[in-house]
Amino acid sequence: MAVMHEAAHEEHKLGFLQRYVFSQDHKIIGIQYMMTSLFMAAVGGVLAMLIRMELGWPGARWGLAKWLFPGGFTGDGTLKPDFYLAVVTMHGSIMIFFVLTTALSGGFGNFLIPLTIGARDMAFPFMNMLSYWLYPPAIVVLLASFFVAGGAPNAGWTAYPPLSALYNPATGTGLAAPGSGLGQSLWLVSLAILIVSFLFGSLNYITTVLQLRTRGMSMGRMPLVTWAQFTTAILMLLSFPVLFAAVVMLLFDRHLGTSFFVPSGLVVGGQLVTHQGGNPLLWQHLFWFLGHPEVYVLILPPMGIVSEILAVHGRKPIFGYKAMVASICAIAFLSFLVWGHHMFTSGMNPLVGTAFMVTTLAIAIPSAVKTFNWVATLWRARIHFTPAMLFAIGFVSLFVTGGLTGIFLGSPAVDVYFQDTFFVVAHFHFVMASAALFGLFGGLYHWFPKMFGRMMDERLGKLHFWLTFVGIYATFFPMHFLGMAGEPRRYYSPQMYDFLRGLSGLNMFVSLAAFGLGLAQLIFAYNFIRSLFRGPKAEGNPWHANTLEWQADSPPPHGNWGATLPTVHRWPYDYSVPGATEDYIPQTVPVTAAVVAGGALHHPVQGGAPDEPPTTDLNSA
Amino acid sequence: MPAPTRTLERPPSARDPGTPAIGGRGPDGTGGDALAGTPATTPARIAVWLLVGAITVLFAAFTSTYLVRRGEADWRVGPLPPVLWVTTGVLLGSSVALEGARRHARRGEMAGLRTWLTVTTLLGLAFLAGQLLAWRQLVAAGVYLSSYPHSSFFYLLTGAHGLHLAGGIGALLYAVRRAPAAATAAAALDVADPVAAYWHFLTGLWIYLFVILFAL
Ligand code: HEM
Ligand SMILES: [Cu+2]
Repeated sequence: MAVMHEAAHEEHKLGFLQRYVFSQDHKIIGIQYMMTSLFMAAVGGVLAMLIRMELGWPGARWGLAKWLFPGGFTGDGTLKPDFYLAVVTMHGSIMIFFVLTTALSGGFGNFLIPLTIGARDMAFPFMNMLSYWLYPPAIVVLLASFFVAGGAPNAGWTAYPPLSALYNPATGTGLAAPGSGLGQSLWLVSLAILIVSFLFGSLNYITTVLQLRTRGMSMGRMPLVTWAQFTTAILMLLSFPVLFAAVVMLLFDRHLGTSFFVPSGLVVGGQLVTHQGGNPLLWQHLFWFLGHPEVYVLILPPMGIVSEILAVHGRKPIFGYKAMVASICAIAFLSFLVWGHHMFTSGMNPLVGTAFMVTTLAIAIPSAVKTFNWVATLWRARIHFTPAMLFAIGFVSLFVTGGLTGIFLGSPAVDVYFQDTFFVVAHFHFVMASAALFGLFGGLYHWFPKMFGRMMDERLGKLHFWLTFVGIYATFFPMHFLGMAGEPRRYYSPQMYDFLRGLSGLNMFVSLAAFGLGLAQLIFAYNFIRSLFRGPKAEGNPWHANTLEWQADSPPPHGNWGATLPTVHRWPYDYSVPGATEDYIPQTVPVTAAVVAGGALHHPVQGGAPDEPPTTDLNSA
Repeated sequence: MPAPTRTLERPPSARDPGTPAIGGRGPDGTGGDALAGTPATTPARIAVWLLVGAITVLFAAFTSTYLVRRGEADWRVGPLPPVLWVTTGVLLGSSVALEGARRHARRGEMAGLRTWLTVTTLLGLAFLAGQLLAWRQLVAAGVYLSSYPHSSFFYLLTGAHGLHLAGGIGALLYAVRRAPAAATAAAALDVADPVAAYWHFLTGLWIYLFVILFAL
């Protein structure tokens, strides 16, 4: 106990700044990541509302918005075309890189990895702190682009050159679009900073999982949420450097006169561009070599979160643990081989296109394995319909809906028609955006008690779920029809062509649904903030869960565990074991004290740690 | 205690309260025999390979772009500054010196370790100076970053490699201070080995870049 005393003492010695601002405690860093990401989610959400304002009522006048975004609207209150493109670009960039990646990997990864493996902290706490503290500067640089000459970038979250490469150094604005000026440079620099932050983070996660697992915590006993974070970190480590290389080369093209991506003989606005001999397709290859793994960086952590929630709130072991781990690894591996499916219409050799089709459709197999296992876990489960569980089930629904449209897009012949239409927008908003968001919400409702030591309000949580679930289907499902009717994405006015005029009713409906969806998030914001201060105190293990984090206090103290680290004796999913007195058996309960379901201990994957003494030792002890 | 084994519990440090050497090993906290056979690994040894992996991907991206671009009709290769032959030799020499340092460390000869680490560092600095000289020679010959695709790639690749090598020199300086001061040979190697892995990787990377820039 002397040690615990010492721990408390230490905590007192750290000043406020070191404890809450420049903290090296993984839990604080995780919460910092989460809070900052939620703030960015609000920013990205407001931008989404602007997009839907324009698409629902093209060219309409918005008196109020004019005051909020003076530069983006004309004097009479209509949204300027280049501001529309800036908003679309920033919405995508913010949501993908600055909200979902940071919240799911930075937030949950930091908070959960050490806790679920029984460690006191990350392997490199200082580097962990650096990782977080590169994130706010990246945000500042990104948002600064709204306020420079030419405004925020117009080239989309994919930043294809030459549009993103060419600008006029004299005026500081872009050559083909105003936002390709200084704003685009800031965007690139901001991403470069964020990539370094991600690399620090993933280096830490991988080392921590490999090195700091507590006694008995073999890889085969790690909860799926930790497996997902671990695999995601590997994915990030091996894909983000590619984007970094591309960003550096594009910055060189923009500012140092090189021509990596700008072709010869390009005429923009009647002016011959001086760059010579580059190839814009190279950017596409580099970008999507990152871009596709990145979408799995966003979806693997939610997959882990959902697996956890389904087991805990369904009071059943997860179905097919080994298959779950294997499919996480298979998805991660395959995600490096499919980037070409974003380039079917770039003039690629049809043979290459077919090869990419095969790898793309192959990803559907491990994805289907996971879906099957989730549904099998729910089968005859004693489901507690908590908000976390509702969001987890919603995740499965959204993932299936979006995954099915992916199979259409994966076929080059079909994609030639759908490329850059709202069908693609519908696809990735289901399978990535909404599904990942549901993972995020589910995770927050589930781990909120552990993070903050208080409970969130269940009734508000359920209301939030139903409005969000209906709102998402109402917003994104009609987009399939818009896309089939040929409405292109990223156009300022969908009504500029005759054949699209008939779609204005559907577009208005989508916009109204989106506004409703946006408003419903205020319920969450209210519930979250209120529960932070007023929520009822949470016990250590309110959901009766098995994993290690629930065996610590809520919230866990600095150093997580008391004087001794926990010892792990079983896999994490011993729920409703026949013959056991309770319907859950925490991982710390020795084998002699309660049965292990299915003899998991001696299983090759789920088996004991190599350094664990044989069970007989424990018996005699 | 033997050489540090697989870390189940982070070693106690000033800012990590409550991490005594108990609890991570046997049921009563005094065990550890079961661990004797596991190979010595430290977080730094793992992290350095992860870092090497990330940098490999970075350069794979740069050079795959280069290899694709080179296939086009208007491609031409710029002049090879002769000083690059010297710097290549110097860098190879630095890797040899670093191996010498590790040999001393294995035998626990800390003075030799320090000497050879210092030699490695100096050779590394000489390499960087040589690379800068190569840049200046090219500039004097009128070959600039934006002159033509090969020159752009030349400056980009040598520059990126040089920056990583500068980081390696930082790591070497750290090792010069820390490794010889370690109490045991194993502890000295725990510092020197990760640095060596990183440094040798950069030597190999340079050979690769040199070859694809000029020979192939
Ligand atoms: C069954 C599995 C999937 C298949 C076969 C598939 C296929 C495709 C294809 C072919 C495209 C290119 C469409 C185009 O631009 O014309 C695409 C776009 C996209 N997919 Fe998927 N996908 C699948 C799952 C996923 C998942 C799980 C995610 C994310 C978690 C995802 C995220 C995206 C995103 C973000 C885009 C659009 C990128 C952009 O152009 O802005 N997809 N998908
Ligand atoms: Cu993709």
